[in-house]
Order: sequence, then C-alpha cells, then structure tokens
Amino acid sequence: MIVHTQQPVLEVHDLTVSYSRKPVLWGVDFTLPTGCIAGIVGPNGAGKSTLLKSIMGLIPLSSGYVKLFDRPLEEVRHRVSYVPQRESVDWDFPVSVLDVVLMGRYGKVGLFRNTGTRDSAIALDCLDKVGMSAFAKRQISQLSGGQQQRVFLARALAQEADIYFMDEPFAGVDAATEQAIIKLLREMASANKTIVVVHHDLQSVRAYFDWLILLNMHLVAAGPTDQVFTEEMMQQAYGGRLSLLSQVGDVMEKRAFPSREH
Amino acid sequence: MIAFWIILTGALVAITCGLLGCFLILRKMSMVGDAISHAVLPGIVIAFLLSGSRETLPMLLGAGATGMLATFLIEYFHRRANLQTDAAIGVTFTFLFAVGIILISVFAGKVDLDQDCVLYGEIAYVPIDLWVMDGGIILGPRPVYILSAMLLVVILFIKVGYKELKLTSFDPAFASALGISTALWHYLLMAAVSLTTVSSFESVGAILVIAFLIGPPATAYLLTHDLKHMLAITAVLGIFIAFAGYWMAYWLNASIAGCMAVVTGICFASVFVAQRIAKRKSSPAMPGEAIG
Amino acid sequence: MQNLIDFISFSDPNVRYVVLGNVLLAASAAMVGAFILLQKKALVGDAVSHAVLPGVCAAFLFSGSKNTALMLIGAFVSGWLALITIDYIAAKSKIKKDAAIGLVLSVFFGTGMVMMTYIQQSGNAAQSGLDHFIFGNAATLVGADLVVFSILAAVLLLAVGVFFKAFALVAFDKPYAEALGYPVRRLDLLLTSLTVLAVVTGITAVGVVLMAAMLVTPAAAARYWTDNIRRMVGIAVAFGVFAGLSGAYISYVAPAMPTGPWMVVVSSAIAFFSFFFAPRKGIVPRMYMQRKNQRVIVEENTLKMFYHLGERNSHFDGMRSLDELASTREVNKALLKTALRRLVAKGLLASRDGQWALTDAGHQKAMRVVRLHRLWELYLTKYMDIASDHVHDDAETIEHILTPELERELEHQLGYPDKDPHDTEIPK
Repeated sequence: MIVHTQQPVLEVHDLTVSYSRKPVLWGVDFTLPTGCIAGIVGPNGAGKSTLLKSIMGLIPLSSGYVKLFDRPLEEVRHRVSYVPQRESVDWDFPVSVLDVVLMGRYGKVGLFRNTGTRDSAIALDCLDKVGMSAFAKRQISQLSGGQQQRVFLARALAQEADIYFMDEPFAGVDAATEQAIIKLLREMASANKTIVVVHHDLQSVRAYFDWLILLNMHLVAAGPTDQVFTEEMMQQAYGGRLSLLSQVGDVMEKRAFPSREH
Repeated sequence: MIAFWIILTGALVAITCGLLGCFLILRKMSMVGDAISHAVLPGIVIAFLLSGSRETLPMLLGAGATGMLATFLIEYFHRRANLQTDAAIGVTFTFLFAVGIILISVFAGKVDLDQDCVLYGEIAYVPIDLWVMDGGIILGPRPVYILSAMLLVVILFIKVGYKELKLTSFDPAFASALGISTALWHYLLMAAVSLTTVSSFESVGAILVIAFLIGPPATAYLLTHDLKHMLAITAVLGIFIAFAGYWMAYWLNASIAGCMAVVTGICFASVFVAQRIAKRKSSPAMPGEAIG
Repeated sequence: MQNLIDFISFSDPNVRYVVLGNVLLAASAAMVGAFILLQKKALVGDAVSHAVLPGVCAAFLFSGSKNTALMLIGAFVSGWLALITIDYIAAKSKIKKDAAIGLVLSVFFGTGMVMMTYIQQSGNAAQSGLDHFIFGNAATLVGADLVVFSILAAVLLLAVGVFFKAFALVAFDKPYAEALGYPVRRLDLLLTSLTVLAVVTGITAVGVVLMAAMLVTPAAAARYWTDNIRRMVGIAVAFGVFAGLSGAYISYVAPAMPTGPWMVVVSSAIAFFSFFFAPRKGIVPRMYMQRKNQRVIVEENTLKMFYHLGERNSHFDGMRSLDELASTREVNKALLKTALRRLVAKGLLASRDGQWALTDAGHQKAMRVVRLHRLWELYLTKYMDIASDHVHDDAETIEHILTPELERELEHQLGYPDKDPHDTEIPK
C-alpha cells in the first residue's frame, strides 16, 4: 500500500540501489508531504540507512531518481540536512562541541571563508535548543552517547534546512534524550519542516511518527501511520526475507551483470 | 653556523611534515604517508636522469608524479580489483621503491644518489649545498630556501582549506551531504604530502620523513583535544626534535636523521608513559561515564 | 642461452648459495605471508621487517662479530618488541593502529641507523656486511648462512603444517575460533613469531626495507587465483620461489643488478598480472564478462522485439525490416544491426533481402525471454507492491539473468500463472 501526496516535499521514484552490483533496494517509490515526521522502519538489513544515503547522493543509484522540493538535490542542497549514524565518526577527533555544531554552517559559508560571529551565535542557539549550551567548550570525546546525539542534532539545526534526514538518532541514547529529541522534532514539524528518521523500535512508532515508510529490500508500504502501521503490513515487512530477491541479487553480483542495457 | 643550518633544515622538515601528518593520522591514513615517502624514489631518479642535474623543479615534478601515482594505484587496486587496502599499500610502495633502487644501480655512474642516502638523507651536507648568486654573493644553503617555500605552501594550504580538511577528516558523509568533495580534498592532501616528501627526502631521507609525518602529530594528539593546538604542539615538537636530535648525533657521533627519529620516539614514549601513570593514579577515583 | 645453462647447472658454488638461499627465503616468507595477508596485517609485516634492524645491530655490538645465531636472536627480540609495542599503543591510547605502526616502524629503524653509524665509527673491521642488512646482498650468502636458513625454513614449514587448520580458522573468523576454544591469543603470538623468523631469513638477501614485499606480494597475487586457502599458500610459495629464482638469475647475468629489488619487482609484476588477468577475479576478465552480459541483454531484447511484433497479429515468423523492429521500442539502430548480425550467426534469426525473421530456435528463445519478463513483472506487483505501471523498467534487466532454477521457483511462488500484470498472456 503506497499513499502518494500532491506537491510532495520529497519524491523518490523507482529507486534501485546496489552494493557491488548486488541490489539492496528494489524499485522504491514514494512521496512525502510537507511538515511531517516520517519514520523509516523495517528489519535489519532492510536497506533503511541505504535509502537515506541514496537520497543524500552518498551512494550512486542503479536506477530511478530523487527529487526534493521538485528539484534535484544539487540545486537545493542548502535546504537539506543529514544526520549520519553516531558511530560513523571518530569521537576522539580533536574538536570541541561548538566546532562540530559550526560544521553545520559550512555549507552556508562557502569555500575559503571562515565562520563568523553570526554563525557562532546561531550554533550556540542550536546547542541551547538541544539543552547542551553548557557543553559548548567541552571536547567531544568526553560526551555520553545521548550527548553525542544531541550535538549531531544541533549541527543539523544549524544548517537551517527545510528537510532533515536522520539515521538512527535514537540508537543507544537514554530515555531523557529520546524525549527531548522527539519534542524538538515536533516543534520543527509544526514550523513546517519535514523530518525523516530511520528507526528500529516498533514500540514507539505510533507515538512518534505521523507518516511511515515500511521497508524490506523493497517498499512494503508508505503512508499515514494509522493506515500503514497495521498487523498485516508489519507481517509483510517482518515476515521473513524475500528469498527470491536475494537469490537474484546474488546471481547479479556473481556474474558481474550491468544494471542497464548500455 | 653548520649546526644552525642543519637544525634549521631539520626543523623546517619536521614542521612541514608534522602539519600534514596531523591530518593523515586523523584520517587513519598514516601508512599512505609511509607509502608515498618510499614511492617518490623512482620519480627522483628519473627526474635526475632526464634533467641531468639536481635542479629542484624537475625533482619536485618527477617525485610528485610518482607519489601521486602511488596514491592512485592504491585506490585503483582497492576499488577495481577489490584488493584489501593494507595489501594494496604494501604491494604498491615496495614495488616503486624497488624500481628506484634498481634504477640507481643501473645508472650508478650517472646518478649522484646512493642507496643509503635514500633512507638516511644527507642532512649533514646541507650547509655545503650553497646557493650562490651571479655576483658571488652566498645566500645560504639551497635546501633551506626550498624547504621554507614548502612550509609556506603547506601553511597556506591548511589555512585556506582548514575547515574543509577538518570536516572531510571528521565526518566525510556529512561533508558530502553539504556538497564538499571528499575525493578532491583527499587528493589535494596527498599531493601536498607528495611534494613535502620530495622536498624533504633529499635532506633527511625516507625514514625520517615517516617519523616526522607520524611522530609529532601522534604525540600532540595525546596531549590535546583541540585541532589547532594539535597543529601548534606538532610544530613546537618539530623544532625541539631537530635541536635534540642534532645534539644527540653530535654527542654520539652517529646518524643525524637516525637520532632525530630516536628523539621523536622518546618524545612520544615519555608522553605516553606519563599519561599511563597519571591515568592509573586517578582511575580508582574516576566516576563512571555520565548519563544523559 | 649459455648464461641460462651455466645458471641451471649450478657449476658455480656462489650461484648455488644464492639460488638456494633465495628459494628458502622466498618460500618461507610467502608461506607465512599468506596468513598475514588474510589477517589483514600486511603493514604489520612491513613494520616487523624494518624493526629487526636495531636487534641485529645490538647483537653485533654485544658480540663484536658477525655471529649469525646471535644476530637472529637479536632480530627476533626487536621484531617481537616492535609488535608488542604497536599492539600496546593501539590498545591503551586513542592512537589508532595505523599511526602506531608507522611510529614504531620509523623509530625502531631510526634507532637501528644510530647504532649502525655508531658501529661504523668504532671502526670494527668485521662490520663489513652489516649494512647489507638494509638493502640485502645475496652475493654475501655463504654456506653457513644456508645451514641456518634451512633450519629456519624447516621450523617454519613444520609450524605452519602443524597449525595450518588453526591459522586458517583464525584468519577466516576470529570470534568463531575463540568460541570453539582455540587459543587465539597464543596462535596470534605464534604467527607473529613465525613472521619475525621469516623476516630474519630474508634480510641478508633482500634487506629489511623490501622484506615486506616478499611476505605480502606473492600472497596478494595468489589470492586472485583461488578461494581455497591450501592452494593459496601453495601458489604464493610458487610465485615467491619463481621471483627468488628470477632475482638470482638476473643478478647472475648482470652482476651490477641487486638481487633483492629484482625479486620484489618480479613478484610485483606477477601480482599486477594477477590483479588484471586472473580468471574471474581480475579486472580484465570481469570487464569482459560485463561486456558479454551486455551483448546478451541486447540480443535477447532484439529477440523480444520479434515476439512483440508477432503478438500483434499472431504471426510470429514474419519477416521484419529494421524500421519495423525499431518502432517497438527506443533503440540505437547501429547497436540493433550488430545484434541482428550476431543472432543470424547464432542461427536464431534468418535474414533475406534486408529483412529478418525468427527461426524455430529463435522463436523458442524469444518466448522464454518474454515469459521470464512477464513472470518477473508479476512477481514484482504481487510480492513487492510495485505499481503495475512501474514494473516494466524493473523487470527489464532481471529477465536476462534468471536461471532455470530461479524460473521454476518463480513459477511455483506465483502459482503457475497465465496472465501478466498488464493482462497479456505469459507464453509457455
């Protein structure tokens, strides 16, 4: 079941993504309305993070296209923010909390110029929003998991974007942080920002998201949470892998098959 | 005066290498620095054969080219042939280095380079390699000028690209999402390392280049949590190592490059051990990791 | 030619020493190197080979002469010390492993250089030959060295033989080996010791700087020819021995040529050849396979055109012109022409007066392709909820790779259907 919207903020059209020729996402096709908090949910290895990365242009697409605000990503990068998984970076890196948040301003500042006092003011303000202003000068190696996640969120806020893609922002954070983050996301959504979150905890799906994207190597369902979050749909998404799909993927990888005719 | 020039040369090399090395170790690419410092050898020999002299420019070009060739080959074998990175590095640089050694043996008569100086360098001869103007005015050792120019280039490079270098090292995925090309900055950094290696190679040899690329930055990394401080400490350490290394060599009457490498090791070891002791003393009182 | 005969006949005792020495060292290094490579420790091998230098020098300083046994012990101790230091630094501080390797490598080697210049200053006559350890000099090999090498090689061979299964398992899946109760830590230490031994065997002939290549390069090349670990070790040893012999031969023919670097160049050449041309894994065969697959796709798509045209009037064996074919879908006409020519050559098409028709075999083949395409479309709509107006593109490539087994499973899962999602018939 796929519910499409008029004038979508994000349009993913027939997206197929492969790792070393083996397709991991097949023909994903959905749209998102403005101002929603959308969850991407599915079993391990369903391709949730892959979907996010391919929307952000970090992985080449085998086929299909992605449009944001009805434009290709290149033209609207300044309106798009990405929060990678917390584990993807080295937290021993010698930078302070404020430095990390300021990185969110780099896209706006451009090449060869440094961040100015206005950028610092924005960064501090964003840190305040996630309740971390007391930690601005702190080294990132001294943060707990929840604090690291808040810093990443502040960095995304500093981008002043209109759509936010977050990869597992609730993974390994404490309950207080999780509540603080979801409160913030709701505020953002009511300011007409769109937020897409990769999530793995089914318990909180109904409470957190108003739109749901159900993934298991292909798109199982996409639409308003109350329509998608049904036993039947969850059974489809979590009821085992599509063995034929992975077999075909294996054959493609082994025989070095191109994904296009030319 | 001789001591002054040698120490100055050593310090210039140490600072230049160290500044770039900071980014190498933060990118977990120290061994690529090692590979480049070996791989420039055939480039130097070929440039020498073609130009017939020790002119700086052909040397820089030749060695810069083989240095970049090494980075490219490592990437190519890794991506196209699915060769694991460590093996790609190991195979590529030993091959290029072996080619360099063979070229030296083949053209032994024509090339004013010998095998040993490749590893040790000839820092002791730096004060002799003078730059004499047409009017007979002696401006001082030639390598000092070249290395100073190189240091300026590197400082400029880091100053201009500081924020991009920092971001692409810390979080490449986020950098790409902002539209900053991680590949471009990777190759710019590698080019800078190649050029630095070449200009330092003649004076201090391959081994000291590696020691300077990794030693001072690794020591500074233990001492600070701030990238700017890390760069500054690296520079100060570089000067200290040049001093101490020279006096140690003078005192032992041994290889200057070797002694500088040993001092680099001693610096790292003392900081490392001091921190271990400090940690062991304080650890029973350390509270558990804060939550929230 | 005479050179080669002289070389093979072993008439010159020096040749005999060099050849045997090279073979022993290359074989031992490649054998251990295979496991180092599989454990992804290629650069650790580099560090160890550099790090034996201070040990060798210390042994010399201690004994005042070139005592092979003592030097081996010295090399062994400093190689070991280097490895432990690397592990300790990486485990106990935020310094990452790569930086630890580079640091230890350069500092140990620098220490060796200091000791070496110190020895040279001391003017000890016996020091001649010590500096050969850096770049190696096979010509200095003597009978006594060979005895030591043979013993070392025998020890290595025995150890690898006895612990082969354990090493293979640890290299493949360390946590699993641990769970099975293998003493993983001790096995690692043993492999480390063997690495140091192999390096020690090599330094006289190849030198410490290039010894890493003799460990890793033959193994990296061998990896491209087999997936079987036993065979891989065998191939690595064969490559290493060939490189060793070539190095010895080249420096026999041209005495100015250094043996060690030539061994490295020859084994690198083997490795580069393997990266490019090894069947299945090499770059060129993979590209070739991709090209071949692409041709298959174009050919099968062309057959499909005939079938689609035939479906319009149930006249499957009619003659078709180029324009008629091109009208069914967007195609590059030049590409289409070559595909037609190849299909004629394969007997799947018959051509007359610039027109083409399916042969019986061609008809069968075209039917199968169309069938697979429609089955896959049905699978996509039924199991993957892809809208029926989207499935066509997705099915385009899959139909060309479905094997008969997959076809049967597909049919079974779909309940042997007759119609595709666009309600057209699925041919049987």
